[in-house]
Amino acid sequence: MPETNKKVLILSVNDEDKDIVFRPADTLLGVLRGKLGLTGAKPGCLNGDCGACTVLVDGIPMKSCIMLAIEAEGHKVTTIEGLINTKTQASFIKHFAFQCGYCTPGFIMVCHSLAEKQPHADKAVIKEWMQSNICRCTSYQEIEEAVASILAEE
Amino acid sequence: MNIIGKSVIRKEAPDKVTGKARYTDDFSSAGIYHARLVTSPFAHALIKSIDTREAEKVSGVRAILTGEGLPLTGEEITDRPPLAQGKVRHHGEAVCLVVAEKLDKAALAASLIKVDYEPLSAVNSPSQAYQAGAPLVHEHVEHYKRGQNVYPEPGTNIAHKTKIRKGDLSRGIGESAVFVEGRYSFGPSDHAAIETRSCTAEIRADGDVLITSSSQAPFMIKKLIGSYFDIEAGKIIVKTPLVGGAYGGKASVQWEFLAFIASRAVGGKRVKLRYMREEDILTAPCHIGLDATIRLGCTSEGILKSAEILYLFDGGAYADKSPDLCRAGAVDCTGPYHIEHIWCDSYCLYTNHPYPAPFRGFAHSEVLFAFERTMDLLAKKLGMDPLELRFKNAILPGHTTPTQVLVNKSNVGDVRGCIQRLKDIMEEEWEPNAGHDPRKVRAAGIACVWKNSTIDTNASSGVILTFNPDGSVNLMSGVVEIGTGTKTILAQMLAEKLRLPVEMIHVKMTVDTQTTPEHWKTVASRGTLMGGRAVMAAAEDAIRQIKEIASCALRVREEDLDIDSGRVFVKAEPEIGLSFKEVVYGYTYPNGNAIGGQIIGRGSYILRNMTNIDKETGAGRPGPEWAVGAQAVQVEFDTRDCTYRILKAISVVDIGRVLNERAARGQVMGAMSMGLSFAGRETFYFDEMGRVLNFQLRTYRPIRYGEQPKYVVEFVNTPHVEAPFGARGAGEHGLLGMPAALANALSIAAGVEMIHLPLIPELIWRTLQEGKR
Repeated sequence: MPETNKKVLILSVNDEDKDIVFRPADTLLGVLRGKLGLTGAKPGCLNGDCGACTVLVDGIPMKSCIMLAIEAEGHKVTTIEGLINTKTQASFIKHFAFQCGYCTPGFIMVCHSLAEKQPHADKAVIKEWMQSNICRCTSYQEIEEAVASILAEE
Repeated sequence: MNIIGKSVIRKEAPDKVTGKARYTDDFSSAGIYHARLVTSPFAHALIKSIDTREAEKVSGVRAILTGEGLPLTGEEITDRPPLAQGKVRHHGEAVCLVVAEKLDKAALAASLIKVDYEPLSAVNSPSQAYQAGAPLVHEHVEHYKRGQNVYPEPGTNIAHKTKIRKGDLSRGIGESAVFVEGRYSFGPSDHAAIETRSCTAEIRADGDVLITSSSQAPFMIKKLIGSYFDIEAGKIIVKTPLVGGAYGGKASVQWEFLAFIASRAVGGKRVKLRYMREEDILTAPCHIGLDATIRLGCTSEGILKSAEILYLFDGGAYADKSPDLCRAGAVDCTGPYHIEHIWCDSYCLYTNHPYPAPFRGFAHSEVLFAFERTMDLLAKKLGMDPLELRFKNAILPGHTTPTQVLVNKSNVGDVRGCIQRLKDIMEEEWEPNAGHDPRKVRAAGIACVWKNSTIDTNASSGVILTFNPDGSVNLMSGVVEIGTGTKTILAQMLAEKLRLPVEMIHVKMTVDTQTTPEHWKTVASRGTLMGGRAVMAAAEDAIRQIKEIASCALRVREEDLDIDSGRVFVKAEPEIGLSFKEVVYGYTYPNGNAIGGQIIGRGSYILRNMTNIDKETGAGRPGPEWAVGAQAVQVEFDTRDCTYRILKAISVVDIGRVLNERAARGQVMGAMSMGLSFAGRETFYFDEMGRVLNFQLRTYRPIRYGEQPKYVVEFVNTPHVEAPFGARGAGEHGLLGMPAALANALSIAAGVEMIHLPLIPELIWRTLQEGKR
């Protein structure tokens, strides 16, 4: 059976340009984890349902499991590893907004973007944003408190 | 020191918010091979042929495995081939395994394997399985090896039966004046941990087997791989890093066998098997279903006298842990009440459904749904307040449990205290109808809960402490960090005992069965009791050694010494003393002489006086203590379209002693959320052939953000005398009453008895329609 054609791609991830040899079928999640060792974005369903793989593309949350790596060319990709000492991270710790921590990078990315893009979001908007992800450990009340405290600070 | 009770931030928190926390699938895997499964599209079918020719042509494919020649597996009954042999018994059962150099090649090859099936009629519920003449899921159950306390009945689908015979049922019925009967059922569902099950396996040249798995039971993996594949236990090394959610679903051993045989097939090369979500739902074990019939009798004053109970658990295609679940459901077959005469038959039945693993609560939320619904039927018939009925019958010191354990103040929590507190909170929190919308009805439902563990009678836990040159301590325990924060709780206990700041306790997160002392399994809310007792023993051992060295160096008696804040000193003259760092690697005299050596604290704990339960009566002591609670759910029900909102969910749990306030609340609230999700939304939908229709998170839909009610959690503190600081296990209790409380609330609101789960609007509507007919 013929080998698929490998290609080379330059991805901007966390403000660094990375040369990557990839298959056209590779997802952004697969490349981040497999080629760049950025394992903060998690596989949970590979179907866009759970949000554990969420990263920011030009500051907007994207489920990296349903985005091809090649689609990210020319865009700025930010992963959880690219967030350093943000209010969102501190707030998630303070409010006990995670337990097993597996969905946490995804939630933090959504929340971080929300705080940047819509610092005055009301409850309905927050719900719309945060419903993209699933947390199975907490009751969401903790995450709600974390989000509220970040937005209140903005 | 005052560390116990404080909301200490979990030790791994900074890693978890920065992406540095690593789970099984996150370790560098250059050169690793990948395995992919071919699974059954049928629930029950004969395998006529398997054609792998096209798959073998895919470049990079290294091995294709089928079930032939593999040993049977299964914890309670060894009835399960790792890959199907001749027949498939549930949708999603593993049939073939492809190992390839690249994941995409493994997937491509798996898609090219042609399996020819001849479908058989499926056993689609435990009630159907129980009927005479039902198709047999296992034709020759008598040929299987089984545990000594498992009683399968050949020629039937009965995998196990537990009997509870307490008192004399006919006498209890004679003493009763008011009777109710309820029948209930719900199907299997899923844990849906966001981390799918994942495992890597490698066999070294010297025969050492290295496994890394997202598991709650690394020590069980070691034991089972050793016994099924005939490998010395010492040559099997299992590592478990952080686990991305478990809830009981990772206490079963299944995917590890596949990773092991995959590696074995390619000369021991490292192979990774990570389940797709679809496999995690269908192939890996699920959450048990139940059909139940309960008949209660009480006096005209509402004093319970008799309980006659039939539980038919959906044991699925393979027994694994389901006989144990069936046993645990029988052990606590009633709610936390004093009932003199109890008759319970609890069956575990083979069906053609995915088979169950433990699920948070281990059969308790399931039987409590049935039992606590029946308590509401009884309250209604008596015209009595449901809280009052429960208060009257609450189990107290001097009573006995269904397995005839004598209750004292320590081994069972304070049920009445919980009910009383719940009543107060419900009054404070009650939001009556706004009054504007006549379509909307508000109602509250309640449930009382209890749970003991039914784990191996000889389950044990160990801890090793080593010291660092700065006097800080490394804590090594076999408890897996599955998200419950238990390792941080253990650090708090150790800090309290050693009178050190908790920052001076370093916790080893990864479990490694070669270097970490065993903790049986991280299940049953027993980490704090068993791991905690081991920590206390290890701390005492370390303190004794510190004092021994210091007594020599300071020329005082050991009993004159005390420790605090990293110093060992003379009680009467605290200024005379040594810092830990001068002692923990041995003490060196000014002339160079030295004594002691590195201090290594060791502690272990084994449950005390546990017994197997009697085959005929169920009498026995299966666990150390019952934590109890009382819970309520308030709903707003729309009478026009049968939709509803959950407004509030309240739990009062007798936790013995709060060890970490926020963490404890988080455990209870998270469990409540999972319970409401199970009760209100989650189930597998089967077609008539037993195939699951919703095996993705798009169609299997847990609660999402914004759908949660307001959670209110309070604690009652009745110490469990044997536990460190009196704490009771509380990882599961928040879940236990949620299905019953939600169903009780909706039954009141809709005016019809809800007897199935999940409580979706369509079900309520259908139940109302049936009532009208």
